[in-house]
Amino acid sequence: MTTVTAPGYADLPRLISLMTGDEKHTAAAESTLDVLWVLYDRVLDVTPANFREPGRDRFLLSKGHGPMAYYAVLTAKGFIAEAELATWSDPMSRLGHHPDRCRIPGVEISSGSLGHGLPIALGTALGLRARGLTSAKVVTLVGDAELDEGSNHEAIAVAARDRLENLTTVVIDNRSSTRGWPGGIAPRFAVEGWETRTVSGRDHDALDEAFTTAHPGRPLAVVAVVEPKG
Amino acid sequence: MPMRETFLATTEEIIDADPDVAVVLADISAAQLAGAARRHPDRVINVGIREQLLVSTGAGLALAGLRPIVHTFPSFLVERAFEQIKLDFSHQDMGGVLVSWGASYDMSTAGRTHQSPGDVALIDSLPGWTVHVPGHPAEARRLLLESIPGDGRVYLRLSAQENASPQLGVGFTRLRSGRAGVVVAVGPVLDRVLRATAGLDVTVLYASTIRPFDGAGLRSAVQSATPDVVLVEPYLAGTSAHCVAEALSEVPHRLQALGVRRDVEVRTYGEIADHDLAHGLDAGSLGLSIREFLGDRRGTADASGAAGR
Repeated sequence: MTTVTAPGYADLPRLISLMTGDEKHTAAAESTLDVLWVLYDRVLDVTPANFREPGRDRFLLSKGHGPMAYYAVLTAKGFIAEAELATWSDPMSRLGHHPDRCRIPGVEISSGSLGHGLPIALGTALGLRARGLTSAKVVTLVGDAELDEGSNHEAIAVAARDRLENLTTVVIDNRSSTRGWPGGIAPRFAVEGWETRTVSGRDHDALDEAFTTAHPGRPLAVVAVVEPKG
Repeated sequence: MPMRETFLATTEEIIDADPDVAVVLADISAAQLAGAARRHPDRVINVGIREQLLVSTGAGLALAGLRPIVHTFPSFLVERAFEQIKLDFSHQDMGGVLVSWGASYDMSTAGRTHQSPGDVALIDSLPGWTVHVPGHPAEARRLLLESIPGDGRVYLRLSAQENASPQLGVGFTRLRSGRAGVVVAVGPVLDRVLRATAGLDVTVLYASTIRPFDGAGLRSAVQSATPDVVLVEPYLAGTSAHCVAEALSEVPHRLQALGVRRDVEVRTYGEIADHDLAHGLDAGSLGLSIREFLGDRRGTADASGAAGR
């Protein structure tokens, strides 16, 4: 009798290495790896068994470029078969250089163009509240350079004033924004009334605590600081 | 009650009756829906003057299982936030009802900033959208009510211009039969097309829903008339020309597409009627254009257009 062990964090580098051909986005992929793992492993109630349930937690990958880490985590969690990774971006594959929600079960939004995930997440959070599904979390992941897009700022202003407690934005900060964010990213959210927490994007326990500590009546921004983009 | 007020009153009825519908606004029309917002604060959402967020919020509501009505002026709804429509509704395969009021130049003294004759052409660049162009408030009400069930993507284009009475057909409705050609009137231009073609031996078709395009209806009309087709659309001229070409691909035909001018940006203020004149969309200009195209040259000196007929 063989014992099957569920894939874990240690398997992610091997899963990522199965995907080749998008080296341009390697830095973008690796910057998100630990945050994605902590979200799917510890924070979000979304699994292959419940991803069609209305009350599930939602994860919206806004920064859709460099999805290798995302695909690796989805594979480790059973959404995608490992054998599919090696053929990614082939014409017969479901897995492209930007993820497609219509092709991959468990992927909440198709993304690639920046600045869409947070505004959509705001609408989703409003919709879940209107439907009374108030325990479902909506988490979206953006990059610090992605915050350059004005559509995010439209959502940042409205989310806190609507007291969207079920909305979380995690900003992967690898200091790749062309003009930068003087004073840091968190104050941009805080001034609009968001709860903000800035932690190491490599520290799993710190990320877990940042995501799961209560923030009543306010949306949550977690700034996950990782190594500067090389 | 004009089309815009009819839309707002009908929307209020829908919101009161259907817990699965939400309305998203960007300040435009928010005052008129303030009562509904007080009764249903979770489902009447005003995001302020933020049109990208307006559209994306609608898509997010759809992702959460609601049916969104997203409303503002067309230049801001369709043109300013077009990538949000393309990606957050179409690419995500999410449904919603986008409703604009202001049409091509309803705000006639406001200048180009508040004019968007290209809205239908832009929506038409995306697959699978239903486009309603009602010509009467009763049509607008009916088309809105029929857009709520299901999860389709709908663009409902409301206008200050309207016809004297509603038409309640589906697809192309044949209002007049003749042999010299087929004139297609879309939405608010119907009454003036009827005036322009009075006395002409032409078939007149009417549509308040222009996408999907009723190709079968056009083919049927062309079978019993000369295959000379005149499209009269209240937005960018030729927006539906490719649909005519596709519908009549097996039929040798001629097409004249009338609508808002593409060749110049008309910088006119004044009344809507002044814009109609500038674009050749008043009844008199339409009559001249249609007669000239169909070869009725009484009173005109130019006979060169007869070549090939």
